[in-house]
Amino acid sequence: MQINLKVWRQENRQAIGGYKNYSVSDVSEHMSFFEMLDKLNNELVRKGEDPIAFDHDCREGICGSCGVTINGRAHGPLRGVTSCQLHMRSFKDGDTLVVEPWRAASFPVIKDLVVDRKSFDRIMESGGYVSINTGGTPDANAIPIPKIDADAAFDSATCIGCGACVAICKNSAAMLFVGAKVTQFTKLPQGKVERRERVKNMVAQMDAEGFGSCTNTGACEAECPKEISLTNIATLNKEYLKASLC
Amino acid sequence: MNWLTTFMNSSIGKKFTMGTSGLLLCLFIAQHLVGNMMLFGGEALFNSYVATLSAFKPLVRIIEVIISIIFLSHIISGIRLTLDNKRANSSSYNVNTGSETSSFSSRTMAITGSVVFIFVIMHLSTIWYRFQLVHGSGSYYDIILGDAVGFGNPIYAAFYVVAMILMGVHLKHGFQSAFQTFGVSDSRYKGLIEKMSMIFWLVIPAGFTWIALWFGFIAEAI
Amino acid sequence: MDCPVVWLYCGGYIMAFNSNIPEGPLKDKWTDHLFNMKLVNPSNKRKYKIIVVGTGLAGGSAAATLAELGYNVEAFSYHESPRRAHSIAAQGGINAAKNYPNDGDSIYRLFYDTIKGGDYRAREANVHRLAEISNNIIDQCVAQGVPFAREYGGLLDNRSFGGAQVSRTFYARGQTGQQLLLGAYSALTRQMKTGNVKFHPRHEMLDLVMVDDKARGIITRNLETGEIKSHAADAVILATGGYGNVFYLSTNAMASNATAAWRAHRKGAYFANPCFTQIHPTCIPVSSEHQSKLTLMSESLRNDGRVWVPKEKGDKRKASEIPENERDYYLERMYPSFGNLVPRDVASRRAKNMCDAGHGVGETGLAVYLDFSDVISRNGQEWVAEKYGNLFDMYKQITGENPYEGPMMIYPAVHYTMGGLWVDYNLMSSIEGLHVLGEANFSDHGANRLGASALMQGLADGYFVIPYTIGNYLASNKLVDIDTNHPAFKDAEDKLKESNDKLFAIKGSRTVDDFHKELGKIMWEYVGMARNKEGLEKALVEIPKLRKEFWKDVKIPGSETELNPELEKAGRLADFLELGELMARDALNREESCGGHFRQEFQTEENEAKRNDADFTFAAAWEYKGENQTPELHKEDLNFEHVKLTTRSYK
Ligand SMILES: Cc1cc2nc3c(=O)[nH]c(=O)nc-3n(C[C@H](O)[C@H](O)[C@H](O)COP(=O)(O)OP(=O)(O)OC[C@H]3O[C@@H](n4cnc5c(N)ncnc54)[C@H](O)[C@@H]3O)c2cc1C
Ligand code: HEM
Ligand code: SF4
Ligand code: FES
Repeated sequence: MQINLKVWRQENRQAIGGYKNYSVSDVSEHMSFFEMLDKLNNELVRKGEDPIAFDHDCREGICGSCGVTINGRAHGPLRGVTSCQLHMRSFKDGDTLVVEPWRAASFPVIKDLVVDRKSFDRIMESGGYVSINTGGTPDANAIPIPKIDADAAFDSATCIGCGACVAICKNSAAMLFVGAKVTQFTKLPQGKVERRERVKNMVAQMDAEGFGSCTNTGACEAECPKEISLTNIATLNKEYLKASLC
Repeated sequence: MNWLTTFMNSSIGKKFTMGTSGLLLCLFIAQHLVGNMMLFGGEALFNSYVATLSAFKPLVRIIEVIISIIFLSHIISGIRLTLDNKRANSSSYNVNTGSETSSFSSRTMAITGSVVFIFVIMHLSTIWYRFQLVHGSGSYYDIILGDAVGFGNPIYAAFYVVAMILMGVHLKHGFQSAFQTFGVSDSRYKGLIEKMSMIFWLVIPAGFTWIALWFGFIAEAI
Repeated sequence: MDCPVVWLYCGGYIMAFNSNIPEGPLKDKWTDHLFNMKLVNPSNKRKYKIIVVGTGLAGGSAAATLAELGYNVEAFSYHESPRRAHSIAAQGGINAAKNYPNDGDSIYRLFYDTIKGGDYRAREANVHRLAEISNNIIDQCVAQGVPFAREYGGLLDNRSFGGAQVSRTFYARGQTGQQLLLGAYSALTRQMKTGNVKFHPRHEMLDLVMVDDKARGIITRNLETGEIKSHAADAVILATGGYGNVFYLSTNAMASNATAAWRAHRKGAYFANPCFTQIHPTCIPVSSEHQSKLTLMSESLRNDGRVWVPKEKGDKRKASEIPENERDYYLERMYPSFGNLVPRDVASRRAKNMCDAGHGVGETGLAVYLDFSDVISRNGQEWVAEKYGNLFDMYKQITGENPYEGPMMIYPAVHYTMGGLWVDYNLMSSIEGLHVLGEANFSDHGANRLGASALMQGLADGYFVIPYTIGNYLASNKLVDIDTNHPAFKDAEDKLKESNDKLFAIKGSRTVDDFHKELGKIMWEYVGMARNKEGLEKALVEIPKLRKEFWKDVKIPGSETELNPELEKAGRLADFLELGELMARDALNREESCGGHFRQEFQTEENEAKRNDADFTFAAAWEYKGENQTPELHKEDLNFEHVKLTTRSYK
């Protein structure tokens, strides 16, 4: 099939970007969306043009590197998948796809579709861990953890840090990302020791990075490829209120 | 008090203010509706209700001040939140798909809130002003139903209805959102919150609207 | 002989090629070694700077632990964040000899299984240490808040993996690597906050710098700005992952590459057993020419899935239309005791045999079925979803078919590289001061890695081995003070710029991907699942030819001073084009079949791998001799004192 693309091109951080149109023919429905971009890029290189830069690595929805908005939807039109997991069978011959980078003040564009998500790392640095050193830990079975808690912690811990939640949020809030981490540790005995300091520090860093305030629209939950639920934000709020006020 | 300013200036703190003030305003409008219902009791009942309230003037004044503070803090943190979020969300997408991922009411909070705000100001500068500041000996009932600033004035009554519908839209999202902000929206309470939310976004605004429609248009017609 | 020392005469001075295995009984070696190693005074640690290249499981855990100990760590990754490392993709689990299920596991059994699984081509002492440490890893990860799967009683759950008859694999649904990496990443971010680790994201190491024959620094390119920069240190650690992408199509992440290891090799680090590649039996089959990578379906699926093909050759009926008695559950038939859980090399080869014999299924005939209908009818769909949900979803997403309804189709794919830079017992390469961890080294898996052992090895290396052994190195050596003004750095920077300029200057007509695909085809055809002399010799002609072509006709757009993925890929491919040749040479040289290395000339009547212990019980460590020169082979003899070399049997 034939696919028309309208892609955001931006040379570097300082440059002013704009849209550019491309058309890719002989697209097979078995191809992934990125394989279609690969094809286009190879054609561009052969023609001596600059290929479209986009972040990707695992191409199986787990590393969190990839992330583009396709027709205004973070990671494309499907629910529960990343951009790299999207296949061309989700589109029709002749479709026009508008492909844009994540847009948020805290995710500056580096080039084309590549953005800088260091702000996420800095939030993690501010408290996304249990403060223990290597060695001297008790036997793994010394603390039984109810399966239901372990499973809930896991559900939150599956966040891949892709930033789709921020990208789609009209407030560019990072509450789902932060909420997932805080919830994981709230459910586990290992995380309880530092829960007050952790949540205060992570929220402070989140605010300092310039992410917006959540207004509970729920777009993040709808777009999160790992289907992290809004309950994680409620837990974050509760933990923060408890830590700040009680 | 460092912790308090840190809290109040944090994103979640601002949300907390928003939610608390919002819910208190909900209580206020619920109480306000009960008062308005007295209109159906006829002129005598309504006038005596207002007169009774006036007898406790100092207390009423204190409550009014408190409500104003709540209202102002709601608005101020609303403005702050909206500005913060504009800043965080620097540029928009070529294709806007908000409707696919979030509800209409959640995306229009600032707009619906602002209309309600304009309404409230108008409401205060007319009714409240006449009731509380320049009131002589006339009938409160007449002011409410009168042609000047009351339901007798169709433009006024229509705006009243629009404002109430928008307040309903505001609360459709706002009421349950406040509970999410307080962190009590897990599945145990979800059902209860949804039911209560119905009262506030549907029943109460419908009540106000009904009064406006009844006294503004229907009663006159029959 | 406990301590095989091979003295080599090279270029006028004698260089030790010593595996440095401690004396003493196997089970005491590590404990004794820990005591015997020199320590660095706590207050002095801060004065030592250690460069860690790569922040996956191995590098991330090492960098965090070294920083906790007080060393001054600089960590580098071409990724934007440590959390993106390829380790994140590991699905199935991590082994440990905890014996929680009480099914007879022990450190010795894990050791034994790993040696046997590796087809007797790994060092006993290393593997025993790995088994000893395995239990600490689980304790460490649980303490970090890694949400491993648990039983209803609240204790940790285990599953079984290929090559073992005990349940010793700890897992976090199908995302174990993710959870372990996030654990290591969290420890690392904590050290980033304290400033003990300075992390350089989007920085690719492009050369190793040596001063006085010791590794003393690296040259990096800032991938965003193109800036080339020198970094000096007292020791260098490479934890840069495996080189499976030399085959173009593999289950590795797109950017995984051999550049760091290969450039260290060019500076003198020996490359060991390059031909030992693991072909994983359960991957989603190739569907089109444009395929950019292959996706693994975790081996854990073989716990509950049954592998079969139609008995009839060329049977094109749908799976559901083939009755039970016309199906050949060939693994269960051939290997009654291990059944579907035979090691990977065996399962892969058998799948290939079946397809080569015309029993393959699917459009291409290059696939076999992995069937879950039994377990679904026994335990219900929900049970299966709980255990493998994300894998089933992934399968559906990629193929568009629902694996709850019909069987999955699978085919082997390149997955892991057992070979890597040669290291001694202390994980130091043949270059002093250069340490190599994780998949990048060759150490513990011999000719075949058992499932769930790579995560174990990476974390063992990073959390529990290197923090001690590097201390010993630093305390035992008096290092001269240097900084990046040393001419060795300038020299390396210049060479690098020169080679980049050369790439841009070619202005040819073909893209990097074109060449990479072609290399992949040669590798898969001649250096893949089944190899023979003729094919390998052909590869030794074809690869250099392609390399020449590459340096004549590749086209790199854009400039050096910007984010330029084509330039990055070109540099990596240039190295693959050399490494591929070495792999073929190593495979040609090893005239036996063992583990992942299957030479068609050397097989039993039942088509099982036939080892030649008399001549090939060694690790092949290759020394670089210069561009287009034949590398030199050094043999590290492997001595088995505890395990008797037998023919592996999984029947
Ligand atoms: C799909 C899949 C599933 C797997 N499942 C399992 C499993 O269930 N159990 C198991 O035990 N093993 C499994 N493995 C194997 C295991 O995941 C890997 O062997 C292991 O994670 C490798 O870890 P590492 O730290 O050595 O390297 P990696 O995680 O690959 O990290 C490499 C790091 O080095 C950096 N790097 C590389 N080169 C450079 C350079 N030149 N400059 C700067 N930085 C550089 C990268 O940025 C990255 O940070 C699986 C592998 C695959 C492909
Ligand atoms: C009778 C009047 C009002 C009531 C009962 C009310 C109630 C509420 C409630 C319950 C919330 C939810 C808070 C949360 O999410 O935690 C809310 C949010 C909000 N209100 Fe009001 N409100 C009223 C008037 C106003 C006015 C006058 C404005 C405008 C200036 C306004 C602007 C907002 C905004 C911007 C939010 C956004 C927060 C969000 O989306 O969650 N509101 N309101
Ligand atoms: S919460 Fe979901 S959308 Fe947000 S970063 Fe994590 S995985 Fe991505
Ligand atoms: S490329 Fe890894 S999640 Fe998409």
